[in-house]
Amino acid sequence: MAKILKHREILLVIAIAVLLMAITLRFPGFVAPANLARVYNDTSILIILALGQMAVILTRCIDLSMAANLALCGMVAAMINAAFPGVPIPLVILAVVALGAVLGSINGLLVWKLDIPPIVVTLGTLTIYRGTIFLLSNGAWINAHQMSDAFKALPRAPLAGLPVLSWLSVLAIAAVYLLMTRTPVGRAFFAVGGNPHAAVYTGIDVGRTRFLAYCLSGALAGLSGYLWVSRYAVAYVDIAAGFELDIIAACVIGGISIAGGIGSVPGAVLGSLFLGVIKNALPVVNISPFAQLAISGTVIIIAVAVNARAEKRKGRVILKKAEAV
Amino acid sequence: MAELNLSPRVIPDRLQSRGNRLLKSWESLLLVVAVLIFTINSFASPYFLDPWNLSDATFNFTEKAMIAFAMALVIIAGEIDLSVASIIALSSTVMGLAVSFGFDTPVLVAVGLGTGLVCGMINGLLITGLGLPSIVVTIGTMSLFRGLSFIILGDKAFTGYPASFAYFGQGYVWWVFSFEFVLFAVFAAIYSVVLHKTNFGRAVYAIGNNQTAALFSGVRVGRVKFILFLLTGLMAGIASICLTSRLGSTRPSIALGVELEVVTMVVLGGVSILGGSGTIPGVVLAAFIMGMVTFGFGLLNVPGIVMSIFIGVLLISVIALPILWARARRRAAH
Repeated sequence: MAKILKHREILLVIAIAVLLMAITLRFPGFVAPANLARVYNDTSILIILALGQMAVILTRCIDLSMAANLALCGMVAAMINAAFPGVPIPLVILAVVALGAVLGSINGLLVWKLDIPPIVVTLGTLTIYRGTIFLLSNGAWINAHQMSDAFKALPRAPLAGLPVLSWLSVLAIAAVYLLMTRTPVGRAFFAVGGNPHAAVYTGIDVGRTRFLAYCLSGALAGLSGYLWVSRYAVAYVDIAAGFELDIIAACVIGGISIAGGIGSVPGAVLGSLFLGVIKNALPVVNISPFAQLAISGTVIIIAVAVNARAEKRKGRVILKKAEAV
Repeated sequence: MAELNLSPRVIPDRLQSRGNRLLKSWESLLLVVAVLIFTINSFASPYFLDPWNLSDATFNFTEKAMIAFAMALVIIAGEIDLSVASIIALSSTVMGLAVSFGFDTPVLVAVGLGTGLVCGMINGLLITGLGLPSIVVTIGTMSLFRGLSFIILGDKAFTGYPASFAYFGQGYVWWVFSFEFVLFAVFAAIYSVVLHKTNFGRAVYAIGNNQTAALFSGVRVGRVKFILFLLTGLMAGIASICLTSRLGSTRPSIALGVELEVVTMVVLGGVSILGGSGTIPGVVLAAFIMGMVTFGFGLLNVPGIVMSIFIGVLLISVIALPILWARARRRAAH
């Protein structure tokens, strides 16, 4: 399995390199280090979200409510800042991360305690969370002039050559990587998705593991909520609408199997970067930004077809034996 | 009784009587809820009990319900199609394109149906031909189909549909019965017969309950699933014709988020999201309930996004309540 996974990540690196080369033919400035850093910075939020989605997908679930969760947490962060500009920013971030985790835990509890299919739960909470933003804000926007300077400055503050936003995503990658590879919970994510029945016999609580995955994705969505709102300096009901699809696309492109149990942190990061490069390159090479949706759709379909082939090769023999009995 | 509840697939040695089963069914519960909502609505607003107002209210659900019939079959067969709203958008865009080339109503209808069929075929081929999971494929085609509308339209809109095209969304067959409502009733009848009275319908249930067993009993699983996705595409095409005709214009963001409402309608109608069970009459009742609730809220000046919260809560609670109910009964039995 390690071989296939490695194969997939190398494949993605090659795909991104080819993409970059093709762009360079039309516009040489794109691969300048400063611009690549800018592209990475622009993709940071997607990377953070994809890490959370990955944990959920690994356990055979899905979280369609991430973008709505992000928007709700972003709105709450902006409202706290607009009403009490004196509250220190780290405290605001802590509050929305906690709020995000709570919203995620609602998904997790419904999946864990009531056994409702994850897709139904998160389709439902998606509309509920979005609607809640409207109830909170009465449909009004919170604009740049209502936010304090410190609130807006943090993500773009330079630190050792990169903005804080980039560093936060690096931190998230490192933390989730350690969680996935060095802790029992991280291994449980893989075990639950790989074979839930076997996971039960090894003493893993499947429902609880899924619950924790949802808490993680919720907390990361909460963090992204603050980052999104402070970066674009505006909060309203529809921010990041439809972004949940980009997050899932990044995971699928990164080789994370929608059937659970297969995936890796580098895969999720590379999948996000692949989408990020496409998004940033379109205007440069004079393709209408309206084409982006169709391109990500096509990439999702190709990626899932490639994933399915990789998985088939692995599972065929065992399945046939089981069917013959 | 307690042992029976432990597993959902245990076969009882004695069947319940027909009347008893009918009385305890999900559909009769829906009927009670529908009557209740109807009564509450007619007390809450003096404008509710007007034949023309009620006729207007049917537009809230007829287009979505037509798709929900086909979606019910897809979900009973254990799959899902999240691309229906995007198929509406693409069909509508292609019809708008045809208008801009000067074609008239018959061609528009053919183009709308054809686009829906082609989209359904693409879904079907990817899912049954390549054996890919339907949820990811249709998330992908959801982006692809709407993305194509965005490429064709950008930030513009198609208008100028011919006057005769307006009949599908605005015409009335007889008195207050609109063309859309009659179409809805006809499709409700057709899908009821297909699902409950034909071999094809039995095959759909068989696939949803146990795909491998269905395959071994001679059901052409791939073919049936392909037809189901084709049907869903076609129904989305028909819904697109009605919606475009009703609005008289096309934007790429048309019917955004409708897939959620269609899935909610199907699940509310008692179709198990895990596949294998559900009925068309249930979906019809769910369509009426959702239509009347949104219409009632509308009369009371509740904003659309608050209604969507209600639909989200409805979706989760209709699945959660039976589970909690069964659990409480099991506890009481012990």
